[in-house]
Amino acid sequence: MGIAERVKSIVVEQLGVDEEEVKTEASFTEDLGADSLDIVELVMAFEEEFGIEIPDEEAEKIATVRDAIDYIEAHKQEA
Amino acid sequence: MNLFDLTGEIALVTGASRGIGRAIAETLGQYGATVIGTATSEAGATAISEYLAQAGIKGEGRVLNVADPTSVEAFMAALSTNHGAATILVNNAGITRDNLLMRMKDEDWDAIIATNLTSVFRMSKACMRGMMKAKKGRIISISSVVGSMGNAGQANYAAAKAGLVGFSKSLAREVGSRNITVNVVAPGFIDTDMTRELNEAQRNAMLAGIPLGRLGQAQEIANTVLFLASPAGSYITGETLHVNGGMLMV
Repeated sequence: MGIAERVKSIVVEQLGVDEEEVKTEASFTEDLGADSLDIVELVMAFEEEFGIEIPDEEAEKIATVRDAIDYIEAHKQEA
Repeated sequence: MNLFDLTGEIALVTGASRGIGRAIAETLGQYGATVIGTATSEAGATAISEYLAQAGIKGEGRVLNVADPTSVEAFMAALSTNHGAATILVNNAGITRDNLLMRMKDEDWDAIIATNLTSVFRMSKACMRGMMKAKKGRIISISSVVGSMGNAGQANYAAAKAGLVGFSKSLAREVGSRNITVNVVAPGFIDTDMTRELNEAQRNAMLAGIPLGRLGQAQEIANTVLFLASPAGSYITGETLHVNGGMLMV
C-alpha cells in the first residue's frame, strides 16, 4: 500500500467515515467532521504508522488529507 | 439492571496493596470489574493477587512505580497485552513527607509532587488513548481534605492534592465529548495505620471537629469511588466528592 492509501485508511478508521468521503482534498474538520481531539488522535496514528514525529506547530498546518500525505512523504524520505 | 454493575470493565487501581487502595480494588472487583492493582514491590503485588483470588475477583497485582516513566511504560504495555485497555483508572497511590515548610527539603517537595501529582498526569495520559478508542472511561483520583483546608506540616502534600482538582477539571473538559468522566474523591480522616498511631488526646481533638463523631472507614471511600465508576455516577464529571464525615463542608 502506498502512503496515500495508508493515510486514507487511517482516516477512515479514526474518524469512522466512509472510504469514498475521504477525498484527497477533503478537510478533516470541514468535510469529515473531525474535532480537535480527533485531529490529535489522527496525528498520533500517523506518527505510529509511519514512525515519524510530527511537531505541534507542523501538526497545526495539516488540515486536509493532502496536507497529511505531503507531510508524510516529505518526512519519511528524510529518515 | 444493577446501577453499580461493572461487568466487562477493566479497572486499574494504583497503590492497591493496603488501606484505601485495597478497599477500592476489592469493591470494584465485587461489582464485576477485572481489577489490576499495583504496588511498588513484588511482595505487594503478590499480596494483591492473593486477596483478589481469595475474593474470586478476576485480575492480578503488578509492580508499578508511578513516579518512574519507564516503569509506567512497561506496565502499560503488559496491561494491554494481558488484559486490554483500562476503562477505569483509580489514581490512589500516594506518599507523605511531612515537615514544617522551614524544615522541608527540596527532595521532600519533589518526591511528593512526582508521586502524588505528576503520576496522575502520566497514568491518565497513558490510559487516554484506550478510553478514547472505547469512547468511554472513568478516571478517579484520590485527593484529601487537606488539599482543600490545608494542614500545618503538609504544604507539599496539600499542594499536590489540590493540584489534582485543577488537573481533573481541565481533563474533564477535554474529554467529555468522548464519554470519559474525570473526578476526584477527597477523603477526610480515615481509620488506617497512620491514624491508629495517634494518642488518646490527639484522637479526641480530631474527632471534635467531625460532626459524624468518628473516623471514616476505607470502605466508605471505596463506595464513593464505586459510585463514580459505575453507571450510577454517569453524569458527574470535573467534580470533587468530599467524604469526611462533615469535618469540611465545601
